[in-house]
Amino acid sequence: MKSFNYHSAKDSKEASKLSSSNSAYLAGGMTTIPSMKLGLASYKDIIDIKNIKKLSGIKVSGKSVTIGATTKHVEVANSKDVKKAISSLAALAEGIGDPQVRNRGTIGGSIANNDPSADYPSACIALDATIHTNERKIEASKFFKGMFETALKKGELIEAIEFKIPEKSSYQKYPNPASRYAVVGVYVAKHKDGTRVAVTGAKPCVYNDKDLSKVLDSNFSVNSIAGMELKSSDMNSDIHASAEYRANLVVIQAKKAVEAC
Amino acid sequence: MASLVGSRVERKEDKRFLTGKGRYTSDINLVNQTHAVFVRSPHARAKIKKLDISKASKASGVVSILTGNEIAEDKIGGLIAGWAIRSEDGTEMKCPANPPLAKDNVNFVGDPIAIVIADSLDEAKVAAEMVKVDYKVLKAVTGTADAMKGDAIHDGINKNLCFDWLLGDRQKVKEAFDKADKVISIDIINNRLVPNAMEPRACVADYNSGSDEITLYTTSQNPHLSRLIMSAFGNVAPEHKLRVVAPDVGGGFGSKINVYNEDIVCSWAAKKINRAIKWVAERSESFLTDIHGRDHVTHAELAVTNDGKFLGFKNETIANLGAYARVFGTVTPTYLFGPCATGVYDIPAAYSNVKAVFTNTAPVDAYRGAGRPEATYTIERLVEKTAMELGIDRTEIRKKNFPSSFPFKQTLVHTVDSGDYVAGLDKAKQMADYDGFQARKKDSESRGKLRGIGVTSYFEACGIAPSAAVMSLGCGVGLWESAEVRFNPTGQVTVYTGSHSHGQSHQTTFAQIAADELGVPMENIDIVHGDTDKGTFGMGTYGSRSLTVGGIAIVKACNKIVEKGKRVAAKMLEASPDEVDFKDGEFIVAKSNKKKTIGEVAFALYLPGSRDSEFKSPLPEGEEPGLKETSFFDPANFSFPAGSHIAEVEIDPDTGEVKLEKYTACDDFGRIVNPMIVEGQVHGGLAQGIGQALYENAEYDETGQLMTGSYMDYTMPRADNFPEFNIGYTCTHATTNPLGVKGCGEAGAIAAPPTVMNAVIDALGGQEITMPATAEKVWKACKSMKKSNAKAA
Ligand SMILES: Cc1cc2nc3c(=O)[nH]c(=O)nc-3n(C[C@H](O)[C@H](O)[C@H](O)COP(=O)(O)OP(=O)(O)OC[C@H]3O[C@@H](n4cnc5c(N)ncnc54)[C@H](O)[C@@H]3O)c2cc1C
Repeated sequence: MKSFNYHSAKDSKEASKLSSSNSAYLAGGMTTIPSMKLGLASYKDIIDIKNIKKLSGIKVSGKSVTIGATTKHVEVANSKDVKKAISSLAALAEGIGDPQVRNRGTIGGSIANNDPSADYPSACIALDATIHTNERKIEASKFFKGMFETALKKGELIEAIEFKIPEKSSYQKYPNPASRYAVVGVYVAKHKDGTRVAVTGAKPCVYNDKDLSKVLDSNFSVNSIAGMELKSSDMNSDIHASAEYRANLVVIQAKKAVEAC
Repeated sequence: MASLVGSRVERKEDKRFLTGKGRYTSDINLVNQTHAVFVRSPHARAKIKKLDISKASKASGVVSILTGNEIAEDKIGGLIAGWAIRSEDGTEMKCPANPPLAKDNVNFVGDPIAIVIADSLDEAKVAAEMVKVDYKVLKAVTGTADAMKGDAIHDGINKNLCFDWLLGDRQKVKEAFDKADKVISIDIINNRLVPNAMEPRACVADYNSGSDEITLYTTSQNPHLSRLIMSAFGNVAPEHKLRVVAPDVGGGFGSKINVYNEDIVCSWAAKKINRAIKWVAERSESFLTDIHGRDHVTHAELAVTNDGKFLGFKNETIANLGAYARVFGTVTPTYLFGPCATGVYDIPAAYSNVKAVFTNTAPVDAYRGAGRPEATYTIERLVEKTAMELGIDRTEIRKKNFPSSFPFKQTLVHTVDSGDYVAGLDKAKQMADYDGFQARKKDSESRGKLRGIGVTSYFEACGIAPSAAVMSLGCGVGLWESAEVRFNPTGQVTVYTGSHSHGQSHQTTFAQIAADELGVPMENIDIVHGDTDKGTFGMGTYGSRSLTVGGIAIVKACNKIVEKGKRVAAKMLEASPDEVDFKDGEFIVAKSNKKKTIGEVAFALYLPGSRDSEFKSPLPEGEEPGLKETSFFDPANFSFPAGSHIAEVEIDPDTGEVKLEKYTACDDFGRIVNPMIVEGQVHGGLAQGIGQALYENAEYDETGQLMTGSYMDYTMPRADNFPEFNIGYTCTHATTNPLGVKGCGEAGAIAAPPTVMNAVIDALGGQEITMPATAEKVWKACKSMKKSNAKAA
């Protein structure tokens, strides 16, 4: 790992002031530190945001669950409030990585990183989330731009993520047996105004599968989507899963999610 | 006194390991030590056109940068293959030179070309990035099956062929096949694996200019052997000026048998710079440069009668050696593989033909089971297929071809001293509720799932090895083992063994054995290993040899102690030595009922001072004082554990996911010294064997880049991948050693791959798929099954 300057920010303002074109925020460090150790990334300044009190914590209102950016996966997984309001979201957090990762990794870090096979981005899409940053509010559908790409500007800091509470929902991950990231993960959420089927792992970036959503909108049942064949031409293909296999998994995991709703 | 051998004694080493008091190589830090980083080839095959260290040498903290040029100047020798194999046509095998630092050519990704030594690890890393290498990249050869068709990667080695070896009689096999009702053939791939010891390789090399001595702390399974190789072939230092210490070592599985480039280079360089050097592999270096295992492509055929009697067997295998031939690299796919390929069956005619090829991949060498998993996979997949094609129950066809009596002269090499294969298979069937399978299958089907059952009956040849046998087959050294048993004057015992424990629990089992032999409490016995300055020469630990060879050496040394003790006790008890019996730590003269404990005799042997005015020696005339005995034990034969394993899998046809529902292992390890430790060995072996069948795969792309070079991509099985293992034993004592023991360390890794794959393929209605049976492969097979079922309907 190359040497760097370490800063600990007191508040969002100081954090964004310290940021530059050659800096990174340090939340859980579960992505940043391994990539620095492997020599895939190096920064002049590392800005620790874990000591910014305002960025951590869970708030539930009648309509939404708002989770501070530096809230750890383990906190979401164990939160009684989250379990009550959106149990599938707590279950998703429980399924991320391993205990060490869940004890450090944060929701803000996860969505800022936008790994194509990360779990949280699918929750943002399915639960029609709003990303609160130090500068603005961004709708989830406009936030995830592409592989490891988001709408965040340089130095823009996520402060919280606000999820809409659906009528019912379920997240079904098909884990990669090696890394246990999602080969494919499907988050089905039935809201008053329609059903969303967010898919992670299948394509370079999380997306709302319009075909599945449409069918489920008119008939929310396993049978309605059973046997559907999705186009695989724009799906990921790697040593773990071909595009064709991923297309199959999206339908299978969607079926499981509908069944579990 | 109750015998300790056979009881579940808790592990003596656990307190140390579980409380963080283990001392591994990377825990060792020496005064004024430097840190090394190796510059490695990023290409699978290239010529080094220019190597420029000028900028790197000036980087902060750099002490020295050494390359293949200095290695050549100092005449430091290369890495070697320890076993000479001859081809069928009588020619000797062809092996390339393998200098510790490549000078002109690199042959796999990770091949080291320079060592960068600096005051700190960070500085060494930064400087290593500044070493400029100008490569001419050449087309790599990576695949096993096609290696002979690729460019010749080493000068003078035609078709990349190291040897084309034959064991058996082609003519007899032809005659058997001519007589057969049917010939069943199979094409299989034995997937390449990365050993993945929990502790990565590491070494710390120290040099004392005052005594001109090099000390190397290293992660080795066999420190004496390493010293011998580094001295005799590496020319690092004469043996008496080279001390090799392998302290606590966190797993080896064969990957730490070899002397590696880093061991030689750090030892040599420490003397050059007159400072200690520390190197610890990063996990990605382990993936790239530890030896890999398996990697065979096999075509095998079985000639049978219609009622399922085996008449003849052919095994045509291409074995990938990787870039270079290493210590057990050439014997693993030959003598450790070929003879066992006929399995537990009495087959009148057989041959194994192995073509060993070089490729631009990491060297392949002995990995848990070494050759025997490949052999067992070949025959047990073939037998299962034969049972299916002939419509005979898979267990009945096996029994029909088991040997009718023991000793069993196996078709190709071995004479198996003892065993009872029918009893083992029957017990396994009963443990696994074999007869209840159809009901469980129906239940799975009612839930839309597929269910399969698979059986393996295996034997293996371990406890390597009788020196006469292995040396006649080309081994560079005899494979005996040594032990030294020392009594302190006050009666505690130190046992020095040439075996090395890196997970095998020698501190416990060896102490159990010595305690029984000497009648000394276990807590008064220490086991010392892993240091060439302590104890006599030893061959180390691999091939399930520690107990069956090293343990027996301890028994023999203890016997000598007792013999000497008897002579001394006789004098002390005023009897003749043949009137003295030894039991439970006491020398007894029956007629007078006089006794001396072994502690008293040991004390007397150290000639303690006495207040008597006249010194009366307790020793018989001519007897030397002191109580210490050494034994070099050379076994009369290999040890032949055997057993039957049964697996049941359930497959979700929607995803292809394979769930291992049940796993039963019924093994015959002869007499068991510590059942708890044996269970641990079986569990570990099974995890690795099941890992090979369902998860693990080292995959190179066509340019020779390792695609599965981290745990993000290389699937190590985890606890939640396994069911509770159902483990049982049958027991026929080995007749070739006084304890009646057989090796148990590799059995799980040997038997599990065909057992699991037979179950998967059974669930798939006989459709062949390759290991690992990943969900996607299985899903595709399920789809084509659906199609063919639809057609049939
Ligand atoms: C072994 C392992 C297994 C894993 N398994 C999974 C898995 O199964 N599923 C899954 O989804 N993920 C998995 N992860 C990733 C894990 O969830 C990480 O927590 C996550 O990717 C990054 O979160 P972090 O808090 O550690 O971020 P960091 O590593 O600290 O930061 C990551 C990036 O996000 C930026 N960032 C962090 N916080 C903010 C913020 N508030 N505003 C703006 N930018 C910010 C940083 O600048 C940096 O670029 C795994 C990680 C590991 C190491």
